[in-house]
Amino acid sequence: MPIRSKTFNESYYEDIKLFRTIWIKFWAVIFVAALALLPYIGDPYFVYLVNLSCLATVAAVGLNILTGYTGLISLGHAAFVAIGAYTAANLANHLGTPFWINLPAAGLIAAVAGAIVGIPCLRLKGLYLAMITMSFGVMVEYVVITWEGLTGGVRGMSVPAISIMGYKLSTDERLYFFLIAITAMLLFAANNITRTRVGRAFVAIRDRDIAAEAIGVNLTYYKVLSFAISSFYAGVAGGLYAYTMRHIHPDHFTLLLSIQYITMIIVGGMGSIVGSIFGAVFIVVAPEFIKLFAQSSARVFPVLEGRYDEEWNIAAFGLLIILFLIFEPGGLYSIWNRIKIGFKNWPFTY
Amino acid sequence: MSAILSVENVTLRFGGITALADVGLEVKRGDLHALIGPNGAGKTSLFNVISGIYAPTRGEVIFEGQRITRKKPHVTVSLGIARTFQNIELFRHMTVIDNLLLGRHQLMRAGPFSAALFLGRALREEIAHRARVEEIIDFLEIERYRKQPVGALPYGIQKRVELGRALATDPKLLLLDEPAAGMNVEETEDMARFIIDIKEELGIAILMVEHDMGVVMDIADRVTVLDFGVKIADGAPNEVQSNPRVIQAYLGEEEQM
Repeated sequence: MPIRSKTFNESYYEDIKLFRTIWIKFWAVIFVAALALLPYIGDPYFVYLVNLSCLATVAAVGLNILTGYTGLISLGHAAFVAIGAYTAANLANHLGTPFWINLPAAGLIAAVAGAIVGIPCLRLKGLYLAMITMSFGVMVEYVVITWEGLTGGVRGMSVPAISIMGYKLSTDERLYFFLIAITAMLLFAANNITRTRVGRAFVAIRDRDIAAEAIGVNLTYYKVLSFAISSFYAGVAGGLYAYTMRHIHPDHFTLLLSIQYITMIIVGGMGSIVGSIFGAVFIVVAPEFIKLFAQSSARVFPVLEGRYDEEWNIAAFGLLIILFLIFEPGGLYSIWNRIKIGFKNWPFTY
Repeated sequence: MSAILSVENVTLRFGGITALADVGLEVKRGDLHALIGPNGAGKTSLFNVISGIYAPTRGEVIFEGQRITRKKPHVTVSLGIARTFQNIELFRHMTVIDNLLLGRHQLMRAGPFSAALFLGRALREEIAHRARVEEIIDFLEIERYRKQPVGALPYGIQKRVELGRALATDPKLLLLDEPAAGMNVEETEDMARFIIDIKEELGIAILMVEHDMGVVMDIADRVTVLDFGVKIADGAPNEVQSNPRVIQAYLGEEEQM
């Protein structure tokens, strides 16, 4: 009779299931309860921030699958978000199709675009891939501005609210549970993809592409697949963005947005789904803290009075990338992991 | 016994350099066949031709009666040819289990959609292959490392994990590129024991490049010698050992005064 320790598994299923211990289940319940109660007890501004975090999380998970897991860098992620946003907006405006058609369509069109971009990128890595994806991003930016018939050009485009059986999701509070549910579904799927056969193939390509091929991974197929899945997430994020903001404009999908997504996955943790969430939430919430910091430092240094503007955020993101790459390349996820292991082993130090 | 692999008149040129010149080789079913030769003789090039990383300039590679010349590496694996590398080529950030599960990759079927749901078939498949991987982990005696990232493991263990990953593909022929390179005496003995077990218990044919002559002479059934891309000898270990051309290739020619 074996002695049962804290986590004792008797089958391989128990070893790979999602909620493995009672404590993980416990904290998951607490987390869900907190999210469910937030709109009733929290500030409406928190609700807005959670909504923004959901949008950022979906796109960041997509980029993490491509860059963090497969090791293919992309500086054009915003382009796929734009493709998704304008697809959903056009379908809703011109065909009047419901959201449950528009959102998957936004993802699929972006996925097709991603696969097409992925094919010429098959032989490229690192710097060259960054250049190609960035160029694609700039091209899409240009098309969005000039193709007025499809995008409304610089005037932008209005989007009707999501309507579920006559109930219009027209405010942040009404969108809140919808966005959380969609984000949770997509996170669940991404987590399953990355921890099983397909995800292992991605990581194998990142770690050693020659060995991956020698062991039976079809490089062409999996690189294109990674582009497609990543762009699908970006496209759905774009569709959700259109429905949340209700007005989309070319200025929303610039190179700067792509760099924000890169910041999210570097700060959160490359090659980690949980890390993508951390990074997305962090980057959404960070401007609030930067504003707070600017206001309080203005009290000490009067010369800074009234100097705070959006540009501070961009500078801060740059600084964050530098600091994380030097001091914590594993991102917030590895800090989280250390804390978790510390608690798990307490009171022992190993 | 018939040949499982035959290499017929393979020539491989890179620009003006001839890496392999008209090389022929037969590996018999169930045999442990060693491929030896001085540095730069073309041993690894021949491995790369067999596993499909290089396309030969001329010649054919026949595996189980089927022409596999110019087939891509991921196709030759699914036909049953697995290999290890001279310099370990593991997936450093993944655990031992995940590395071995990648060996099962081409035997698994789950695509992105069934993986995303992870119910029913995809889940059962994952568990079934996990069970097979655990058998290989037992066989190679690396149980205690199974959940560690391989990048942090000792060299000798990494070599063993790489062998395990090749075994996980359910191969009919194993190509081992210097399995005992850089190992101390105990590690070399362990590795030799595993190679013999693979041949005798699992019945897998092995083609092995090895510089450690002690190992080659002790465990090989047959030896082929390459020198500057040309086959200079082929036969049982003791025959090859006394072949004057082999001695000359290894020790150099006495200069004529």
